[in-house]
Amino acid sequence: MTDAADPAGARGLAPYALTAPALLLFAAVVLVPLVMTVLLSFHDWGQYKGIQPVLILKNWREVVEDSYFHEMFLRTFRIASWVTVLCALIGAPEAWILYRMRNPWKGLFLLVTLGPLLISVVARTLGWALLFGGETGVINHALLRLGLISAPLPFMFTETGVVIALVHVLVPFMVLAVWTALQRLDPQVENAAIGLGAGWLTVWRRIVLPLAMPGVLSGAIIVFSLAASAFATPAIIGGRRLKVASTLAYDEFLNTLNWPLGAAVAVLLLLALIAIIIGCNRLVERRYGEAFQ
Amino acid sequence: MAFLELQGLTKRFGSQVAVDGLDFAVEQGEFLSLLGPSGCGKTTTLQMIAGFVAPSAGNIVLDGQDLQRVHPSRRGLGMVFQSYALFPHMTTAENVAFGLEMQRVARAERDRRVAETLTLVGLSEFADRYPRRMSGGQQQRVALARALVIRPRILLLDEPLSNLDAKLREEMQIELRQIQRTLGTTTILVTHDQAEAMALSDRVAVMNRGRIEQLAVPYEAYERPANAFVASFLGRTNVLAATGRRDNGALRLTIGPSSWTVPSLEGERFLVTLRPERITFVQDGGAGLPGIVRTSIFQGNHWLYQVETESGVVSVIRQNVGGPAPAEGAHVRLGWTAEDMSVRPLVDRS
Repeated sequence: MTDAADPAGARGLAPYALTAPALLLFAAVVLVPLVMTVLLSFHDWGQYKGIQPVLILKNWREVVEDSYFHEMFLRTFRIASWVTVLCALIGAPEAWILYRMRNPWKGLFLLVTLGPLLISVVARTLGWALLFGGETGVINHALLRLGLISAPLPFMFTETGVVIALVHVLVPFMVLAVWTALQRLDPQVENAAIGLGAGWLTVWRRIVLPLAMPGVLSGAIIVFSLAASAFATPAIIGGRRLKVASTLAYDEFLNTLNWPLGAAVAVLLLLALIAIIIGCNRLVERRYGEAFQ
Repeated sequence: MAFLELQGLTKRFGSQVAVDGLDFAVEQGEFLSLLGPSGCGKTTTLQMIAGFVAPSAGNIVLDGQDLQRVHPSRRGLGMVFQSYALFPHMTTAENVAFGLEMQRVARAERDRRVAETLTLVGLSEFADRYPRRMSGGQQQRVALARALVIRPRILLLDEPLSNLDAKLREEMQIELRQIQRTLGTTTILVTHDQAEAMALSDRVAVMNRGRIEQLAVPYEAYERPANAFVASFLGRTNVLAATGRRDNGALRLTIGPSSWTVPSLEGERFLVTLRPERITFVQDGGAGLPGIVRTSIFQGNHWLYQVETESGVVSVIRQNVGGPAPAEGAHVRLGWTAEDMSVRPLVDRS
């Protein structure tokens, strides 16, 4: 309300007053637990003494120096990178095909693409477990019967299996991001390029791909951070044998009961993701800012 | 044989006929406008010539060559889209150079032609700008330069000026006409703006419901419209009911208290179309159609009046030449000559 009769002071406070409930909620459910987790990562822990509320660097030193943790984090980002690349390769053409479709097919296939998001990640991943699972899994069974392979392919408890399941879970996010970018395009630009003598391959390489690129990059940021912090899929497909950062943190909390170490792993994962996302955003803005902002 | 010939060109979308058997020819170097209301099929026609829409029937022949056997990318036509459809990730110079790259024109030659065309459209200082950083008028020029630089066999313009404000549109009309005259490029313009079509073109094709109602030079179409649709679409017009009586091989036409002698026509009741600028206010005592001025709108160089008469409301346009102008509510008499009217029999459609 900006009535002329309003005293200037009340008007100046109004924005703060109006946003206060949301800010308080944000502080209560996000900031406070986050700060507590960060503090927790500096606490001491022992098998018999439990958590000691002191500020030491023991957990951080362990996480940074122990090669066991290096392997976990490397695996996490290797999986996330593969998932991101594969999602881009599948999602970008898929989004373009959707964009070129006519109604009612467009609406129908958009629903088919995004529909799986309505199903729990756990249910979808268990589905993959049924498809993969050892010799009795549908895929291996079929391949063995067809004589294409002589021994069952290892899917369960492998990085390949985790990557395939995560791509399936996360590809809709890539499709959405690219589709949104394409939606902002002038539908005539492709015709303009064709009219000037470009073949379909040139149109794709010189026009569609560069214009879809901001969408692909923002999709990649979403997919990468979701893949790196995914829990259910690596937990079910990877299990105990193939740990990633999030399942590692979970195990430290609930099995070893070493909360401070688990907190250090979780905070490190968060910091690494924030650094990667900010870096990518910078890159996107520098590369495409002029043409798209 | 004409340069471009459309033969029975037809496009159906489902059961709806968008373009209905168009036949016309365009001469080399000619500027032709397709003029009509939205949905009359003019844009579809242009898209068929460009090759972005496949005809349901008919032929398009360019310079003796059947265009339908030629892929759109090989037709060598330059198109300016209503939305400009510039490549947002390329600078002005890159946009303009794109067509030359596709033709594999050598680098030096390409740079020279891009610079030349940008100078032609007055954008040489904006070569390194991205489209998003330019005004609508500037983007429009980039689109024009991009289409012209490939030296197209035909320049196709799809409502190119409709997104510009009135003053800029007028400037661009003059510029477009000059550029087209300088280069001598055969041009087809699609527009719903009758003033634009008349200002720019050598000939105007007035379209309605997928058909051409009249194809003529602008003056001809305005002065002697082929039918009521053309008359009402090209400029303002008045339609008045009249009665007639044959008299010595001529027709004595009566509207209200006034009558005129016009060449004979069959029938007793007629419709008269009359341009508002042909009507004068008769001075005291003279004969004419009496009426009362309901509104008088001053538009700078002319006045626009709505005069209520026994034959209905009549629009009158008088040039502002400094004389006294009748006020609203004034009683006036409207006069015009027999040559100002175009008369056709009233067909009873009931």
